[in-house]
Amino acid sequence: MAADGVAIGTGTGRAPRGSILNDPLFRSIIIQLLLAAALIAFVWWIAHNTIVNLRRLNIASGFDFLWERSGFDIGQTLIRYTQDSTYGRALLVGFLNTLLIAVLGIVFATIIGLILGIARLSRNWLVAKLATVYVEVIRNIPVLLQLLFWYKAVLSVLPNPKQGFILQGDVDPLSPFRWLLDKVGVTTGPSPLTFHMPTVALNNRGLLLPVPVPGPDFTATWIALGLAVIATAAIALWAHTRQRRTGAQFPTFRTGLALIVLVPLAIFLLTGSPLTFDAPVLKGFNFVGGVAIKPEFMALLLGLTLYTAAYIGEIVRAGILAVPWGQTEAAYALGLRRGVALRRVIIPQALRVIIPPLTSQYLNLTKNSSLAVAVGYPDLVSVFSGTTLNQTGQAVEIIFMTMLVYLAISLTTSLAMNIFNRRVALRER
Amino acid sequence: MATAAELAYVQREEEPILPAPRSEIGAFAWFRQNLFSSVGNSIVTIIAILFLAWVIPPIVRWAFVDAVWTGPDREVCLPEGVGACWAYVNAKFAQFIYGRYPIDERWRVNLTGILFVAGIVPMAIPSIPFKRLNAIFLLGVFPVAAVVLLTGGHFDISFDWLFGLLVVAALLSGLVVAMTTDVRERGLAGIVTLLAIAAAVVAFAYGDGRDTVGYFAGDVGRGGLVNARLVILVAGSAALIAGLVAILRTPGEPGAGRVGALWIGAGVLELVFFALTIDFGLRPVETQLWGGLLVTLVVAIIGMVTSLPLGILLALGRRSKMPVVRFLSVVFIEFWRGVPLITVLFMASVMLPVFLPPGVTFDKLLRALIGVALFTSAYIAEVVRGGLQAIPRGQYEAAAAMGLKFGPMMRLVVLPQALKIVIPGIVNSFISLFKDTSLVLIVGILDLLGTVQQGFNDANWTSSKTPATGYVFAAVVFWMFCFGMSRYSIYTENRLNTGHRRR
Repeated sequence: MAADGVAIGTGTGRAPRGSILNDPLFRSIIIQLLLAAALIAFVWWIAHNTIVNLRRLNIASGFDFLWERSGFDIGQTLIRYTQDSTYGRALLVGFLNTLLIAVLGIVFATIIGLILGIARLSRNWLVAKLATVYVEVIRNIPVLLQLLFWYKAVLSVLPNPKQGFILQGDVDPLSPFRWLLDKVGVTTGPSPLTFHMPTVALNNRGLLLPVPVPGPDFTATWIALGLAVIATAAIALWAHTRQRRTGAQFPTFRTGLALIVLVPLAIFLLTGSPLTFDAPVLKGFNFVGGVAIKPEFMALLLGLTLYTAAYIGEIVRAGILAVPWGQTEAAYALGLRRGVALRRVIIPQALRVIIPPLTSQYLNLTKNSSLAVAVGYPDLVSVFSGTTLNQTGQAVEIIFMTMLVYLAISLTTSLAMNIFNRRVALRER
Repeated sequence: MATAAELAYVQREEEPILPAPRSEIGAFAWFRQNLFSSVGNSIVTIIAILFLAWVIPPIVRWAFVDAVWTGPDREVCLPEGVGACWAYVNAKFAQFIYGRYPIDERWRVNLTGILFVAGIVPMAIPSIPFKRLNAIFLLGVFPVAAVVLLTGGHFDISFDWLFGLLVVAALLSGLVVAMTTDVRERGLAGIVTLLAIAAAVVAFAYGDGRDTVGYFAGDVGRGGLVNARLVILVAGSAALIAGLVAILRTPGEPGAGRVGALWIGAGVLELVFFALTIDFGLRPVETQLWGGLLVTLVVAIIGMVTSLPLGILLALGRRSKMPVVRFLSVVFIEFWRGVPLITVLFMASVMLPVFLPPGVTFDKLLRALIGVALFTSAYIAEVVRGGLQAIPRGQYEAAAAMGLKFGPMMRLVVLPQALKIVIPGIVNSFISLFKDTSLVLIVGILDLLGTVQQGFNDANWTSSKTPATGYVFAAVVFWMFCFGMSRYSIYTENRLNTGHRRR
């Protein structure tokens, strides 16, 4: 360093002489003031332009339009909605449709993703490779393309209702074992487990499913289910306290499962199976009855689910790989069986790694559901930023409100995640 | 009597190494270990094989055996039992690449593509030297050439633009004033600043209300255009020369390099603007005519190039100690990350015209580009922030102890390490961006997917097989780009993985 540099330890208590521009505090205050001023000027400029433009184009502003009659129909609604409903109600319908697709997509994507993640780690070469190919193919193709493919190339070119696929008739669950039963000579003819399969149809109008209609005696099954759940909870509590006290374990999960499935099933059969199906019936050129899942909805759900599942699969795989092998060995060394080791040692640690990226995938799925506008599913963007915007022309309010809804969903989820994360995060000593 | 030594068996030479048991080597063993190691595994394998036998033959039959490869129109694809209608892709291939770009001007697109490949390939192969020159070509020369080639150049520089440029010049020379310690240089820069501000005021006053001067505005005439160009040419050259002089005259003097770089930067910027105004005799091609892969690549590449620096700045802003900067960065990042890209594109196409002064219009493609770039930069910012947080505090402290200020500390110590860590994340964001470019079709810009889809409406090619064929073609193209990027990222990651590798 130069000899005429800073004199060390002269200790006059005064800062060395220099430009005030080199004072970090001064600089930071100036920079922040300039930035804030620039921002305020920018916002003012935009607001000014907007006001001028809106006045020039004669576009109304404000939120009064929300209470006006909408005058358009929506293909799929979860709540009552007609042409006479207000724009505000249309917004609500769109929002609920978005939530519906998001929730269903999340559930299915998680299930498929879990299977994919485990399959990629499988010791079976073929299964691992199959899962890898799936992930690498799906992840590298735009989700919009996939949605359009399902909608326009698969579901829209299905045959019409008359020539479409129909699945109906009697189904005997024992039929695969018929040859064995025949050989032993136990039964001939249909087994007592045979049931009538209500019609399921797939055609260019969508997927038509039967709707279960519970009979009057079905109440008994509900009651049995309720009692079984209460009993399971009680058993779990008892087993937990007993294990705390004595260390003895109790197969709570299996008992509970048996209670919740078998007891209502028994009551259901005893009361004479009081459940009928309102099945779709082909009348003329179309089906009546049942419930129709529209092609738009199916395409969106299929596309989003299959796409997000590939990402979730990778997250699950990374999460499991992130738990050191020593943890597994330690669990076995403690004498835990494989299932318990997985449930009590490995999965809790893997979840810590999995959950943050998983949440962001859930949010991605929710945000990607806005692509519904491309396949014509009436979600928030399609109903509100599409039709409503075209009719009212109030672009500023409508786009801001749409963005605010998504922002609210994202921020609340992030907030909940942060709280959750703080609870499960590793506490280092 | 035998001694103990005679009785005991002592191995005196090494036993020959036996080959591994037959059951442990060869194809059979591999099958047993990987596919049939247990009963459950065997069942899974058989199910998987059955699944493949169920899925693959129809796909192969559809794509190859039953496919129609050539044909004049849809008639060849209409018969029952026909698979993929590749004839459609064949007939429309040029459109899928260029969109509606005029046929006799397509060489310009090709030339741009060749220039890009010539720039990016040597950049991507580590063993090829001259990386710095290469980068200057790719980030400096190529963009200007591409803009001129693709649009036709010969832009009008209006007085509004001139005003903007002069403001930039004023800011840059103001920065010189702030940074230099040389009295003479400070004086000179101060004069330039004042002149630039004065010229800006004049330009602002004179250009008020005139959106375009020259080319399209008959009443003002070309005079305005020439004058504006002249001002830019002179200012740019002067700045360039001043910068070179500043560097050459005072080698080693602290601050001279920075000051010179600023001058040179300002000069180059103005000369670039000048280059854009030159009439090369190319026919102007509006962006509305662009389409296909051209648009996809333009949106993706410009999005990547602009969002990376913006993202780095935002990440640094989010970690800044200045509360205003940090708050603004957080708000910016969380806003863009919280909304779907569709709404951003809607905003760019519907709201941006409302936000701008009356009469000012933006190119549609440019609006979408701005939306995409801002959207991606927020994601890049979060990725880079992850890298910044992973750098140990000691690195910052060591850099500060070496006497490095904020800029050099980031440029020389922190960012090289942080960016190295986050390469996979950045590439992932880029892949997402590449895939998301397809969304522009919703606001009416025809990218590859949009062009493919538009072809379905062509009465010559309407058939029930066309959509599937078109989408599969687009999917293959997108897949090749994205998969290629992800492989290159893995390669780079391994190459840069210095020193921390476990052996």
